[in-house]
Amino acid sequence: MTFPDGTAALRDVSFSVRPGEFTSVVGPSGCGKSTLLRIAAGLERATAGSARVDAERLGFVFQDPTLLPWRTVLGNAELLLELHGVPRDERRDRALEAIAAVGLQGFEMHHPKRLSGGMRMRASLARWLTLDPPVFLFDEPFGALDEITREKLNEELLRLFSDKRFAAVFVTHSLFEAVYMSSRVLVMSSRPGRIVADIAVPFGYPRSQDLRFDPAMSEIAGEVSSALRSVW
Amino acid sequence: MKADLRHDEHAAAADTLEVIDAPGAAPQRRRSRVRHALALVVPALVTLVLLTFVWWVIARFWVSSHRSFLAPTPGKVLSDGLLDSRTMHEISASLWLTTKLSLFGLGVAIVLGVVVGIAMFSWKPIERAAYPYLVALQAVPVLAIAPMLTISFGYSFWAKSIIVIIISFFPIPTTLLLGMKSVDAGLVDLFRLSKASWWTRLWKLRLPNALPSLFAGLRISAGLSVIGAIVGELFFQQGRPGLGQRIYDYTQNMQYPQLYTAIIFSSLLGIAIFTVFGWLGNRAIRSWHESAVENK
Repeated sequence: MTFPDGTAALRDVSFSVRPGEFTSVVGPSGCGKSTLLRIAAGLERATAGSARVDAERLGFVFQDPTLLPWRTVLGNAELLLELHGVPRDERRDRALEAIAAVGLQGFEMHHPKRLSGGMRMRASLARWLTLDPPVFLFDEPFGALDEITREKLNEELLRLFSDKRFAAVFVTHSLFEAVYMSSRVLVMSSRPGRIVADIAVPFGYPRSQDLRFDPAMSEIAGEVSSALRSVW
Repeated sequence: MKADLRHDEHAAAADTLEVIDAPGAAPQRRRSRVRHALALVVPALVTLVLLTFVWWVIARFWVSSHRSFLAPTPGKVLSDGLLDSRTMHEISASLWLTTKLSLFGLGVAIVLGVVVGIAMFSWKPIERAAYPYLVALQAVPVLAIAPMLTISFGYSFWAKSIIVIIISFFPIPTTLLLGMKSVDAGLVDLFRLSKASWWTRLWKLRLPNALPSLFAGLRISAGLSVIGAIVGELFFQQGRPGLGQRIYDYTQNMQYPQLYTAIIFSSLLGIAIFTVFGWLGNRAIRSWHESAVENK
């Protein structure tokens, strides 16, 4: 992937993600992780090569919650169904269900302005859940949150994943988050981004919170970290 | 009485707490609402008193006595104008005519302005083709083109309306355009991912996003529409007299207290229309936009 201004963002990146696989992508800032997701989603066209997504719908959780500020949580949750032409009643039911799934009951009629950062991210997640997409792309969704909120949302996302088993590509800056969440971690080099390591995380789902402090977990995190340091 | 200690901003929240905690909270809520209204009005009244005082000092002590008919004191304006039944009868009839003219012209300007704004947004060449002329329209000395208008529209209501439209038009398409363009890039991606049509994006994303800035423009246009109406009436003096025509007549007859009364009512009309649009705008966006005053 080379941009019109000549910046080469990605080079020789090739990987595939199977259903039920949670793949994290870590790499130095500016290595083209976001570009990778945008190509996969069709928001950006690759200058060479191709991306194939075998799914009619995909979920794409951005860095920012990107909620419509003039709509309530419920209105935002209904938006995508609305754009897909789902009838009103069904829309309402599915939106309420998704809001409940992310733990935002009682905030349906709140506007984003009145929500905390974590709650906005939940609302953003709920919006995509209404589509029940078999493929989910995450572009550093929790990067702007404080650590406590982040841990909480990690748990909730893991719970949703264990439940729905979509295929996930999760871009993050946090090594620990990458390992804790994923069944596989891809490490990318700095620009132009290449995949320099493909590390399996051999723990099943659902995951217990104790795993956070498991030495085996730390060992894999160490492995990811040294792979990253080798390409700095 | 806890609420007394709080800053105004927190008054609403404090009220809610009181309502939950104490059954006798209702009178206190009403009192804080009155206080809120007073806080809004009192500073403006203080300005009014000060300005009137300055006016009085100037009219009384600074203007030489043989020219004092040009600058009547506030008392004279009150007795011969505001409290004079004939003058008030004339002015209230005119006020109504001018109000209708302003609102009609403003209404047309809003409809046209929104259409032009959307057209400019939808195709860049239209924006490039139209923008310089919008700026020119604003800079045009309206009185200079008035004779041209009489050729097409005579001295009618329409000719006056055209002046109102010309004067109040500019802020509408430009603020709408600004608002439609300043949509968050992530939201645009979101709609693209859902393969939303151009119309859907316009209706569900661009236009709602443009509301806060459009209303800022509408408030400016609201004030301008009154200026436009009065300028129009000053020039096209036919039919029943509006405020503009009264201003002209009173000047010609050297009825200065009456003149100042007419000017005061022109300003009041401007303030009233401005306030209505401010209120409408605030209602439309108060639940979600930072600029809006929260519902109390």
